[in-house]
Amino acid sequence: MSNNTAIKAIIIDDEPLARIIVKEYLGFYPEITIVQECGDGFEGIKAIQQHHPDLIFLDVQMPKINGFEMLELVEDPPAVIFTTAFDEYAIKAFENHAVDYLLKPFNRDRFDKALRKWLDQRATRTSDQITHGGNTEELLETASQSPTQQQRIVVKTGGKIKIIPLEDIHYLEAADDYVKIHTHNGAFLKNRTMSFFEKTLDPGQFVRTHRSYILNVQQVTRIDPYEKDSHLCILQSGAQVPVSKAGYVKLKAVLGL
Amino acid sequence: MAKAPLSQHKFLLIFLSWWAIWAFLQVSLLIGFGLSAKTSLIDSLVSNTLVALSCGFLSNNMQYYLPKKERYWYILLISLSLSAIILLACKAILVPLLSEKADGVAYAEFFSKSWPVRFDIVFLQVGCMAILSVLWYSSEEEQENRQRRNDAERRARDAELFRLRQQLAPHFLFNSLNSISALIGSRPEQARKMIQQLSDFLRGNLKKEDQQWVPLSEELQYLELYLDIEKVRFGHRLDTQITCGDDCMSSRIPPMLLQPIVENAIKFGLYDTTEAVTIAIRAKVEAKFVIIEVENPFDPETSRPKKGTGFGLSSIQRRLYLLFARTDLLETRVMDNLFTTIVRIPQIQTP
Repeated sequence: MSNNTAIKAIIIDDEPLARIIVKEYLGFYPEITIVQECGDGFEGIKAIQQHHPDLIFLDVQMPKINGFEMLELVEDPPAVIFTTAFDEYAIKAFENHAVDYLLKPFNRDRFDKALRKWLDQRATRTSDQITHGGNTEELLETASQSPTQQQRIVVKTGGKIKIIPLEDIHYLEAADDYVKIHTHNGAFLKNRTMSFFEKTLDPGQFVRTHRSYILNVQQVTRIDPYEKDSHLCILQSGAQVPVSKAGYVKLKAVLGL
Repeated sequence: MAKAPLSQHKFLLIFLSWWAIWAFLQVSLLIGFGLSAKTSLIDSLVSNTLVALSCGFLSNNMQYYLPKKERYWYILLISLSLSAIILLACKAILVPLLSEKADGVAYAEFFSKSWPVRFDIVFLQVGCMAILSVLWYSSEEEQENRQRRNDAERRARDAELFRLRQQLAPHFLFNSLNSISALIGSRPEQARKMIQQLSDFLRGNLKKEDQQWVPLSEELQYLELYLDIEKVRFGHRLDTQITCGDDCMSSRIPPMLLQPIVENAIKFGLYDTTEAVTIAIRAKVEAKFVIIEVENPFDPETSRPKKGTGFGLSSIQRRLYLLFARTDLLETRVMDNLFTTIVRIPQIQTP
């Protein structure tokens, strides 16, 4: 089998023994080559950029950034099979979106089933139809609704990965296809939609005050009237965030006014 | 349901004594008014027996029916009507009975003259009984309520303590099983050993109860078992240091109190980092406390210890409060990238 038809896979899991078992089961598929094994999400991102794998085996609970956060940062992500001991709730959330998920500990039958499912999907598609990451956005949205998620936002700035705790965020601003996240330490871009953040962030802390703005209510110092029907929110940092008529109603409700 | 007061010997005895005194006083009174001893005795017996029966009826009746509101109107009404009935019955029985005697005419006249006084006395007697019964049942009810409330509180506290103790992380269990699964392929002997360790750990987790305090040495052994399992999973980068002087080995602590603290240290110190880490557990005795410190490194980039209870220690804080009614036994300290949890356990004997 020549090199360019070989299927490339990457295993990302922080436990060596957990990687060993995937490796063992993959040993029965000579057409699949493991190009790299990674112990955390940072390594995983680098490896994906370097090797452009067809398939990754991804653990959810990992140091630095978890599996979901890692996926968020990968442009055009490959097909994903989750390997996780994650709780039932989260499993249910993403079972419709990932290729498959393997609940640890899993046996070879279960592993084969997941892999065959992906191989079948791959075989029935012509190469230009393959859009692995097509439903990644949906996957991440459902995953981040689990209560353990979304305590922070992970962004890529230059070549570096930055983890922003939610309390550091001043406000979010729509910027074309991106969302600009304003924080203590400057602004960061993230390629998600405003409605994604509106749905996933805690509505008791983050309010969409305007079509293009979501603000952290803990940062608010003053609300001034501004033009007809609209207001302006002054934040601790001095930034001014527009508040629409509908946004003002929501903001008042959250602030208990 | 509360018992009727007259169903208790003591109260029945008091009631009968009162009755005897009333009856005796009435006899004396009637003789003083010039009635014959026999007539006075019959009069007193009949009327006081009727009063006694009414009182018994009244106090029993209140066991089943006692309106919550309007209870004082109810007492007044029932006392008035009972008194009226008693008086009518007295008249119906006594007048024909005693009229046959020689002083019959005089008795009938005497009765019709004395009825307002009789009514007053009977009304007082019945009214007293009614009020006493109401007080009795109210206090019984209050006592029952307090008992029930105490029971409910104790049960809630037990349940909460149980829940706080019983937090075996499912992640830990399933990941350990997954490690065993991996070891079976490559190192079956090691797999067997780990099954043994995991079984011992689970057994220890199941059997412990809050009421029985355990020696610190036993608890430390148990933690070592837990850490050994984590070492199989992350052996390449986990190191542990347990230091405990001989003087505190025999100190006693509530079971499963340290476990979640160490789990917390593992969570932030090991699961959330990528380098080699050392988790340290130190115990010492000071005054009447045994002081245990658990120290772990953390990654300041990804997690930030919060002020107050630190990372996720509120359940331990709560448990310490339920056990000792104190909130100052748990403390956390952050130095550079080291996080230390300090717990002080009073060395009183088991509650």
